[in-house]
Amino acid sequence: MGEVRLEIPARPEYLGLARQVVAAAAAVEPTFRDERIDALRIAVSEATTNAIEAHADLDSDERIVIRCNLEADQIEVEVMDRGTGFDAELPAMPDPTASDRLDNEHGLGLPLMRVLADEAEIRSDEGGTAVRLVVYRTPRS
Amino acid sequence: MFFALDVSERDGWQVVGVTGELELATAPRLRQQVVSLAGADCVRVILDLSGVDFIDSVGLGVVVGALKRTRGRGGDLRVVAPQERVRSLFALTRLDEIIVVADSVEAALMASAIDPAGSSRPEDQRIDG
Repeated sequence: MGEVRLEIPARPEYLGLARQVVAAAAAVEPTFRDERIDALRIAVSEATTNAIEAHADLDSDERIVIRCNLEADQIEVEVMDRGTGFDAELPAMPDPTASDRLDNEHGLGLPLMRVLADEAEIRSDEGGTAVRLVVYRTPRS
Repeated sequence: MFFALDVSERDGWQVVGVTGELELATAPRLRQQVVSLAGADCVRVILDLSGVDFIDSVGLGVVVGALKRTRGRGGDLRVVAPQERVRSLFALTRLDEIIVVADSVEAALMASAIDPAGSSRPEDQRIDG
């Protein structure tokens, strides 16, 4: 139906813009329920946060590309950065009662992507990392 | 992006009201606020997220860090999150098993502490305000 493409500087203050654009695109057509758009906003925020942090680690000023493809029954979002070395496995949610859980403020982003998106895939090579997220209009069990 | 913190005292607890989106760009301010409180020996903290309309893993991570800073000094941390879109993330990440998540500051004040060893049942901590 249509594609929206956004390029943002790899800086935290642009993260909200990425969420706004993707959520606005999702609200155009078809009409996704609010909870579906909320899930997409969080998943996109996680992927874009990882991209911003990857560029910070590389000291790269290249832009992050966010491509949003609208279909009748789903939205596909791809977040692309220049970072490498990303573990392509999406881990399960960490056990909150584990003895060392409070030692780590990180570790929730990838599990959230896995849980909130209907499809989540990470491709990583020397040229960069692409996170592909798909949210269906109606969740499929 | 509008983001604000407001600190007040209530019944011996420091209530940190958060307004705006809690994510990569804003979470460091909340982390610094909690560090300042802990440094001043204020380790009974309620994070009032009633005014938060978005939170992601970075925001949740700061809450986890705040829990460690308060409990590590003999205090506690409780969260107020009446809106479903915020509260559901605490359930999804199971953080509500180790943090009291209440609907109001009053309910957070009345809630029983969660045993860090995990002996209390999380459903007992869900108190509507």
